[in-house]
Amino acid sequence: MATEETKAFEPKIVAFVCNWCTYTGADLAGTSRLQMSPNVRVVRLPCTGRIDPLFLIKAFERGADGVIVSGCHPADCHYTAGNYHARRRFAVFREIADMMGVDNQRMTFSWVSASEGNKWRDVVNETTERVRNLGPFTEYQSLSRD
Amino acid sequence: MPRIGVFVCHCGENIGRTVDCARVARELGELPGVAHAVDYKYMCSDPGQRLVKQAIAEKGLDGVVVAACSPRMHERTFRRACSASGLNPYLCEMANIREHCSWIHEDRQAATAKAIDLTRAIVEKVKRNRPLEPIRIPVEKRALVIGGGIAGIQAALDIAEGGGEVVLVEKEPSIGGHMSQLSETFPTLDCSQCILTPRMVEVYQHPRIKLLAFSEVEAVGGYIGNFEVKIRRKARCVDETKCNGCGECQSVCPNKKVPSEFDQELGRRTAIYVPFPQAVPNIPVLDRESCALFKGRAKGFKEDACGKCKQACGREAIDFEQQDSFVTEKVGAIVVATGFQLYSIGKDQPTPQLKGYGEYGYGEIPDVIDGLQFERLASASGPTGGVIKRPSDGKEPKTIVFLQCIGSRDAAKGIEYCSKICCMYVAKHTMLYRHKVHDGRAYVFYMDIRAAGKGYDEFTRRAIEKEGAIYLRGRVSKLERAGDVIKVYGADTLSGEPVTIDADMVVLATAVRPQPGIESLAQKLSISYDAHGFINEAHPKLRPVETSTAGVFVAGACQAPRDIPDSVAMASAAATKVLGLFSNKELEREPTVATVNESLCTGCFHCERVCPYGAVERRELKDGEGNLNKVAAHVNKGVCQGCGTCQATCPSKSVELQGFTDEQIWAAINAL
Repeated sequence: MATEETKAFEPKIVAFVCNWCTYTGADLAGTSRLQMSPNVRVVRLPCTGRIDPLFLIKAFERGADGVIVSGCHPADCHYTAGNYHARRRFAVFREIADMMGVDNQRMTFSWVSASEGNKWRDVVNETTERVRNLGPFTEYQSLSRD
Repeated sequence: MPRIGVFVCHCGENIGRTVDCARVARELGELPGVAHAVDYKYMCSDPGQRLVKQAIAEKGLDGVVVAACSPRMHERTFRRACSASGLNPYLCEMANIREHCSWIHEDRQAATAKAIDLTRAIVEKVKRNRPLEPIRIPVEKRALVIGGGIAGIQAALDIAEGGGEVVLVEKEPSIGGHMSQLSETFPTLDCSQCILTPRMVEVYQHPRIKLLAFSEVEAVGGYIGNFEVKIRRKARCVDETKCNGCGECQSVCPNKKVPSEFDQELGRRTAIYVPFPQAVPNIPVLDRESCALFKGRAKGFKEDACGKCKQACGREAIDFEQQDSFVTEKVGAIVVATGFQLYSIGKDQPTPQLKGYGEYGYGEIPDVIDGLQFERLASASGPTGGVIKRPSDGKEPKTIVFLQCIGSRDAAKGIEYCSKICCMYVAKHTMLYRHKVHDGRAYVFYMDIRAAGKGYDEFTRRAIEKEGAIYLRGRVSKLERAGDVIKVYGADTLSGEPVTIDADMVVLATAVRPQPGIESLAQKLSISYDAHGFINEAHPKLRPVETSTAGVFVAGACQAPRDIPDSVAMASAAATKVLGLFSNKELEREPTVATVNESLCTGCFHCERVCPYGAVERRELKDGEGNLNKVAAHVNKGVCQGCGTCQATCPSKSVELQGFTDEQIWAAINAL
């Protein structure tokens, strides 16, 4: 019975992506009609540098089972260096998240360029599959006041 | 309560096939704050846009969400439609339910659920959008051109001819750059100085060009339309306003043995000197390192050891006490045209990776020279008066071996790129040589002949087929001095035979590298450069003369190895961009920039450290009596490009990126 429930579980995943590389790469995946799992909801930001780690916590609190953060490859940032700041920020955040009881397996950090529609599909599918195997993440939701 | 309008597009069948658009509209319509929700076949069509406009007018909407394709496709379309109906365009956003939903999913139920989620998130965001006004910036119609080689000269003249003012900064005592050192130019063999020097004089005499030679850019502040540039005017020890370029000082200078930079050290100059006779400006520079007076002063001599130039100068222009001075220029645009240097393969190298090529004995065997040195030997204005003589003993070389691709296309040296100009100038060198030494033999070792360009392949073929140059495909393993000759050990890979040639002189076509110091200049300008130090263009195909910083343009060989026609074309293109910028009274920019809540700001300036553009300034906040309250961050709207890194970094959450505020993003996340 328990295994059946796990199979039926469809994770909710929120993706925070930059406007110039990953959002455009996801657009390309669409234009190329690359089929992928429908579990990911994209939030568009100008740059990964804009992504506050609190966004990720908030997403978990609001019922996300996994998150994706993706932006321009190193050296390709539209804003020269925003992705480097993001890289440092999330390198630290991974540790903190671990301490706070968020399994790092629930978070994907990747670089997807505007020409990597295929890679975006893979990131979406692999993250969905990984989070599906981990099961629902309810610890943060239950802390939420509303 | 907000009054948001939701417009769901079927995009023909593109969305409608997998997403139940009517249901999306219905569910969104039930959301609090949504005053109007419809679906329509083609939202971007005229009737579709009319639906939006009518609803704004009739339902008094204060926000619009169009659930359709990617905002990269049609956001501008719908914002314009909103603007036309009197709604601030920044109150309109798109939910991407085509590229991010209908096109990538087949399950209708899941796709519809996702489309509803995506649209709801945007609705929640738009509820918190604020009307924004485009930023207007005044434009200073004056350009700074950095570098006075052919690219800088062309850019300066084109901008000045187009009505703009120009400040041209050149670090050397004279403008002219490498082109002034060349003897003839490929593929026409016309004399380089004959075509260049009139342009140099034009620059000097142009009423709208201010030439600052022997000067360097010290600091750059400001932003597009409003740069403030601090320029160091290096001390010439000669008063430019008094000197008339008579040359008396040079003729009396006792030190006549200084290696001439202009002649690539094949010739000599005096300590006070004009680099070459046609120099612009024709004003000498005193080289303090070589001057007896300054050497004496450095040793602590009480009396000046020399002073002959000062005595000889009838106009009292020489001033030994002159110091570097600084000027500040306000400009609206900057063109970087700092050019290249040849990779000198001697022992001293700036990085360990560039060391090597000891087997060619450059710097040790005097008759192994580089391409630019050969130009000076062949030039009528050169140290030999255009007679080909080898440096060691002044003998006419009867056999010259030219080696191509020295450094270029050599991953071991970190120079993977092709230097582009060498195939052509080596072919030219063989011709110049054979025109002067009719019985001379010119051998060329090459890897490939790359002669793409108008008249270029014909030119190299002419060198081989008509002018008697002997081309051998292969590399040279070693150069060795053997008595009077240089033994060249190479391989001819087409015949598969090793080749040994007794050469009188060897000319190395070494790689083209950017000028030293380009990195620090690029950092002052906040523009990016590649691993080799070449300036990066904003887009390799579509924005070839723009850089990552608005208002800063690039031209010539500082961007990549370029020949003269390419550099000139690029310079004219950059000038056109500058003139296009100058044709606006004011610049209009997207208002999605960061703003600081000064009352919350604690003045930690983390934002200042992370900002890729240097847009964060420190502002003193004072009370009514003028006492300093605190120093808070302030974002310069002209410089900010809207990445938002500052906001994610700010510990007190007192900086906000307009259009992507925390409140807006939280709302979107909450709705997902």
